[in-house]
Amino acid sequence: MNSIILLSVLGLANLFLGFLRSNRLLLPAAMLMLAVVFGVNLIDWNAGAQTFFSGMLVIDNFSVAFTGIVVLTALVLLPFSQKYVRDGEANLAEYYSLLLFSLVGAIMMVSYNHLLMLFLGIEILSVAMYVLAGSDKRNLRSNEAALKYFLMGAFFTGVLLFGMALVYGATGTFELTKIGEAVLIPANASLTPMLYIGMLLMLMGIGFKVSAAPFHFWTPDVYEGTPTFFTAFMSTVVKTAGFAAFLKLLVQAFPAASAMGIWLPTLTAMCILTLLIGNVGAVAQTSVKRMLAYSSVSHAGYLLIALVAFNGQLQGASANGIFFYSLAYSIATVAAFGVLKLVSDSRGREDYNGLNGLAKTNPLLAFVMTVAMLSLAGIPLTGGFFGKFFIFSAAVENGYIWLVVFAVVMSMVSIYYYLRPIIAIYMHDADADSAQPVYVSSFQSAALLLLALLTIVLGVLPGLVSGIL
Amino acid sequence: MLTVLLLLWPLAAALLLHFFKGRAARVAALGAALIEFVLAAYAAVLFSNNNTGQLSFNHDWIASAGINFHVGMDGLSLLLVLLTAFLVPIILLASFRRNFENESVFYALVLFMQTGLIGVFTAQDAFLFYFFWEIALIPIYFLAGVWGGVNRSRVTFKFFLYTIVGSLFMLAGFVYLYFQTGPAANGLAAHNSELASFYNLNLPAETQSWLFWLIFAAFAVKMPIFPFHTWQPDTYTEAPAPATMLLSGIMLKMGIYGTMRWLLPVVPMGVNQWQNLVLILSIIGIIYGAIIAIRQQDMKRLIAYSSLSHVGLMAAGVFSLTQIGLQGASIQMLAHGVNVVGMFFIVDAIERRTGTRLIPDLGGLTRQAPVLTVCFLVLLLGTVALPLTNGFVGEFLLLAGVYQYNAWMGAVAGVTIILGAVYLLRMFQRVMLGPDSAHTATFTDLTGSELALLVPLIMLVFWIGLFPNTFLHLSEGSVMSILNEVVKR
Repeated sequence: MNSIILLSVLGLANLFLGFLRSNRLLLPAAMLMLAVVFGVNLIDWNAGAQTFFSGMLVIDNFSVAFTGIVVLTALVLLPFSQKYVRDGEANLAEYYSLLLFSLVGAIMMVSYNHLLMLFLGIEILSVAMYVLAGSDKRNLRSNEAALKYFLMGAFFTGVLLFGMALVYGATGTFELTKIGEAVLIPANASLTPMLYIGMLLMLMGIGFKVSAAPFHFWTPDVYEGTPTFFTAFMSTVVKTAGFAAFLKLLVQAFPAASAMGIWLPTLTAMCILTLLIGNVGAVAQTSVKRMLAYSSVSHAGYLLIALVAFNGQLQGASANGIFFYSLAYSIATVAAFGVLKLVSDSRGREDYNGLNGLAKTNPLLAFVMTVAMLSLAGIPLTGGFFGKFFIFSAAVENGYIWLVVFAVVMSMVSIYYYLRPIIAIYMHDADADSAQPVYVSSFQSAALLLLALLTIVLGVLPGLVSGIL
Repeated sequence: MLTVLLLLWPLAAALLLHFFKGRAARVAALGAALIEFVLAAYAAVLFSNNNTGQLSFNHDWIASAGINFHVGMDGLSLLLVLLTAFLVPIILLASFRRNFENESVFYALVLFMQTGLIGVFTAQDAFLFYFFWEIALIPIYFLAGVWGGVNRSRVTFKFFLYTIVGSLFMLAGFVYLYFQTGPAANGLAAHNSELASFYNLNLPAETQSWLFWLIFAAFAVKMPIFPFHTWQPDTYTEAPAPATMLLSGIMLKMGIYGTMRWLLPVVPMGVNQWQNLVLILSIIGIIYGAIIAIRQQDMKRLIAYSSLSHVGLMAAGVFSLTQIGLQGASIQMLAHGVNVVGMFFIVDAIERRTGTRLIPDLGGLTRQAPVLTVCFLVLLLGTVALPLTNGFVGEFLLLAGVYQYNAWMGAVAGVTIILGAVYLLRMFQRVMLGPDSAHTATFTDLTGSELALLVPLIMLVFWIGLFPNTFLHLSEGSVMSILNEVVKR
């Protein structure tokens, strides 16, 4: 709760800092704020479940852990906005404030106990994202991205809301645990069609936010058009918060066998489709950014496996899998988008060939990109490997061997497109016009090194964070 | 603890190497590798010859999942750790003659790879084994991909894809096995991934039958066994000489070792079921590799195919499931490591002097280089398996093992010695002897440092050939206990 209040206040403060017309101050201020929020959030660790707003929000270890991921992601992402500071971007204070506010939404999504809070959280997060997607105002693609994201997003928000209304109609409550109880009451049996249609509509709504197929279609275009800095935020924070919310919904509102009989096959089908579309789609891309967009779809697929391997708790293999995977994925994705942003700022291109010869001009960028790609591909020594390992283990434990075999085949496909940047970086020479080193400030170098280090630490000592839930 | 030191020292050295530039990096890397060799030798001194795991270290790694950082050595592991620690300094020394870009990174990757290799040979926990198995892959991919020949990006891509697909299947197999085990010793997890627990599983025969292929996929690609070998000749040819030496000298042994340690005793019934098929594939590989080797014009490619042929024989010996066959594979791993590294070095030495490794372009080199001729001949005869050399001991035992299993198979596999003599002696004859070529006049003999590198290899050729018991004793206990696990059920 402290982190929500603090973030809202600090977001406002940040807006006022904008009046000082001093961009230099904004970045360190925003980073300091996030660092403070990260620390304050940890105070609630192991403090037991605390409820707020008549039980509409619950802060427990689950929400603290996921809040930690989203705040940390935003914190390590901020250094890559340095170009805005340098270019004297007029609206920088607003961007930062929107980021802070959207984090408030993300935190509400991971700690809601009431569907209203879920809805508010998703909207707070999404509205900020609609604006940020279009923040490159003079770029047609950015405008297109914002419009597409907004129209689709608004539509699926409607779907989500409709689902909630139906669930409320069937159970008479918005509270997660009470929905869970109401589902079990035999007298409600005649209302089950309404309940389950509502439930499925909610799955669609959240599925859209985390870009799970078949509701992923907006992802490549929106990710490509959105300025890279915000794409990174979109593909990490939104996904992490979305999956935490997803798990919470299923565990607390629909754990009943009868409900599971409906959502489990639905999610399994979505999972297979997402893995297939994400991985096969990424193979065909020529732009690294679009490849990363499809790869983010495919990672939604891996995370869905953890939901399919449902154990009815906010702890244990399934929750731990989502937690570790989201963390490893967020760090690697920020690193990948960070490098991509620096390269495209300097060389003006986002395709694979734009990375050519990076090993010679910028060994650090080359190294970090390599670590990020290996982590996303799930190669050992990186956090991504243990993310996949935990999720696959959870699925095998629940008897989904066939699903794991399919996912393993899909990750073999993914190696093809994750190796392409590495091949470009190390094995192709740069064109004459792009042989200049990419500009990286020492601050950004430090951030990149930290991200690579975190990825490797997660890959060597996963015990540090695995199993804390 | 010593085992952990053996693992960490090359890693630490690889990291520290970034503070050195140019020549200093070479010397530092060599120094680090020599220290590693001393450590390994010290481990051999401490080692008391019985078949239990020794010098072991066991600590929680992922406590909540019952996965341990458990390393230790028995005779077989020690043999391969010694081989690795012996060959890495040689390989480093061999690369001194070439100037690589970003030397410190190059040598750091070689040392990093050593950590992975030693980890593979000492891991006693399935997931730790897999972890090191993949760690060994990453540096070699970059070594071959960044410093390799013209087609490197295509070839190394294929190599990476093949090996990673194989190892993912192995991982899937391990995950399945993991869920069949009992609670971990620390009491926190419901399962554990200790090698010993895998040995104690009594799985039904049908399960073992498909598990066999999941696990064997990784080993079959790594060795490689026909028909999983298509990455190998191209990769060996395109990779820079030191990477080729690492691949053929040590990395290939990961497959044989993995089969002996992580396949035979884990799914014995599966092994019994598929033994015949794998033996046939191995023997096809022996003949196929040898016949293609005869047709090669490129020396490096020729040795790559001969390596394919030899590894086929090793696999056949292992799958004969006889003591003599497994012992033969153990000693042949050493012998092949020594010989093939020596041969690749000689080819590299010739290429550096003449700019070519195509057999038709060469000839009459012996007139200018008598010392090189002698060294080449010794290593070549070792590979051909002439009595008194290391190759003879290994191949004799291997063939005896295969013969014990099935006399016809033994007879067909035995052709390898004849074919080996054909392609290797032909190569020697046409390159070193024969009419003078354009390169004869300018050719120079081995320098002192090159000789210093070859002398230890040649000494080992004779040591293993004349006193094989030094090494056979080490592996005997391990081989016996592996076979006991296999026949127990």
